Amino acid sequence: MRTLLEKSVPLLAWAGFTVLAGALAAILGYIVMRSWAVLHLSLLFGDVAPIDAIFLRHPVFDGLFPAVAGTFLLVLIAVLLAVPVGMAAGIYLAEYAGYRMKSCLSLLFDILAGLPSVVVGLAGFSLTILLHKVFPGKIGPCLLLSALALCFLILPYLIRTTQTALESVPLSLRQTAPALGATKLQNICKVLLPSKLTDILGGIILAVGRAAEDTAVIMLTGVVASAGIPRSLFEQFEALPFYIYYISSQYTNAEELQTGFGAAMLLLVLCGILFLLAFFTQQTLSRHFRR
Amino acid sequence: MGVLFQLAAYGCGLLTIAVLVMMFQLGRPLFVDGQFFSLLSQVWQPGQQLYGIYPMIIGSIRISFLALALSFPVSLGTAFLAAGLAPRPMQRWVLAMVRLMAGIPTVVYGFVAIFLLVPLVREHVSRGSGLNILTASLVLAVLIAPTMVVFFVNGLRGVDQSYCRATDALGATAVQRLLYLQLPQGWPTIVSGVIMGLGRAMGDTLVSLMVAGNSIGVPTSIVDSARTLTAHIALVIAADFASMEFASIFACGLVLYLFTMAVVIGLRMLVHLRTGSDR
Repeated sequence: MRTLLEKSVPLLAWAGFTVLAGALAAILGYIVMRSWAVLHLSLLFGDVAPIDAIFLRHPVFDGLFPAVAGTFLLVLIAVLLAVPVGMAAGIYLAEYAGYRMKSCLSLLFDILAGLPSVVVGLAGFSLTILLHKVFPGKIGPCLLLSALALCFLILPYLIRTTQTALESVPLSLRQTAPALGATKLQNICKVLLPSKLTDILGGIILAVGRAAEDTAVIMLTGVVASAGIPRSLFEQFEALPFYIYYISSQYTNAEELQTGFGAAMLLLVLCGILFLLAFFTQQTLSRHFRR
Repeated sequence: MGVLFQLAAYGCGLLTIAVLVMMFQLGRPLFVDGQFFSLLSQVWQPGQQLYGIYPMIIGSIRISFLALALSFPVSLGTAFLAAGLAPRPMQRWVLAMVRLMAGIPTVVYGFVAIFLLVPLVREHVSRGSGLNILTASLVLAVLIAPTMVVFFVNGLRGVDQSYCRATDALGATAVQRLLYLQLPQGWPTIVSGVIMGLGRAMGDTLVSLMVAGNSIGVPTSIVDSARTLTAHIALVIAADFASMEFASIFACGLVLYLFTMAVVIGLRMLVHLRTGSDR
């Protein structure tokens, strides 16, 4: 009986791995195959010259540029909002909070991290409604509110990354600066944070990836299928993941579908690059510090 | 400066509570004479003033548990390879592949599934649209596998090195070490991985929205189309903010919130169990 079990386990393991690797190969292969034909600059810019499009001299109607620009702006605002707050909260948790406060807060952050993104989107949607009641006619679903909701989504990751990075600073390094007369704040800003900068940077890059791929949050807070490039924070916008979702259900001809595959490829490459970047950032750190 | 850090932390903590409070506030029609609980067991028939979310709860549970059941053996097998069975250089490659999979956007999984998997299911398994529980579960199984594999590998590799050397010295094979040392020692982390996987499957919106079919009946078989709680939130955008239809999305939100709380608290209890048994 035991030998039978022992013999079947490697079989199960290799079978499982083959299934997973096969699924991955099928997904990647299929997207590459279907999007190959549309992968050139006109996918982004349509008939408009790229320079004109980037400097907003000419609107792009049949390219992905507005969606890419929308996603870029959205992620930029969300990350700018979330990074200072998330890092500050992480620093508090690691360096200042007492035991009871710490366990209470980390429970709340764990719940926030675990919330399905559609619930975070629903919170953003609720916020929109409440703001609409306070300022009637002035605030509706828009870029700023979407970015704010995305910021809620990535905050817990940033907090957790900062906290674990700071807590993993070895005691010898942690005590050096205070022994030389540095204040607690000087120690945090000049010793602890710089020593773990790459760790935190890796976490931020991962948060960017998460913000870029999320669809459910923005669906409920202001993304639309066609809006052009937003000219203010209070306008609706387009985004790459939502475009992919929209095409999957609303495409009318083969050409649109092709563009959809092109968009999927673009988002895939974007997230892949972010992931590799985060991975290598964190790898170089750990090697650097072992020496 | 320290005060600023404190403010940021308290603000983020309050945010978690604010999300809950806002849902209560906007879902107020739900809490008039205990309607919330009757909503949980009613069907969805707007024509007869029935706005129950029972079909969505069943849909969510069926889809995520089936995804978990499909994904568990695959993930465990992959984790076995990465934690000891495969040759060393390959272990790294397996983990790299899993990380790459975790980075694929959800919407891309859904998009590929619609054009690749749905026609296959339609032709070979079920008649009709091919948008059903089985299809959604298959995609979700792939989606949650990376999360589970990472937890499983951490659990299996987290075993004390001295124990591993002891089993090796006794002449145990890699398989025996996995089965009789690493698996029994690492089980709390493995259970954590399963819970995380379930949480991800339950919380995913795009895949079920795109390939589960979104029908509002109570699903009776795995080739029935179904709507999940998450998809319901994404689908209902009613204009009348006082209507029960509108309130029902907050009922879904509350159920998902409570589910998340249960998951987080469950994971914490597991961690306590593990640290407790070490003492």
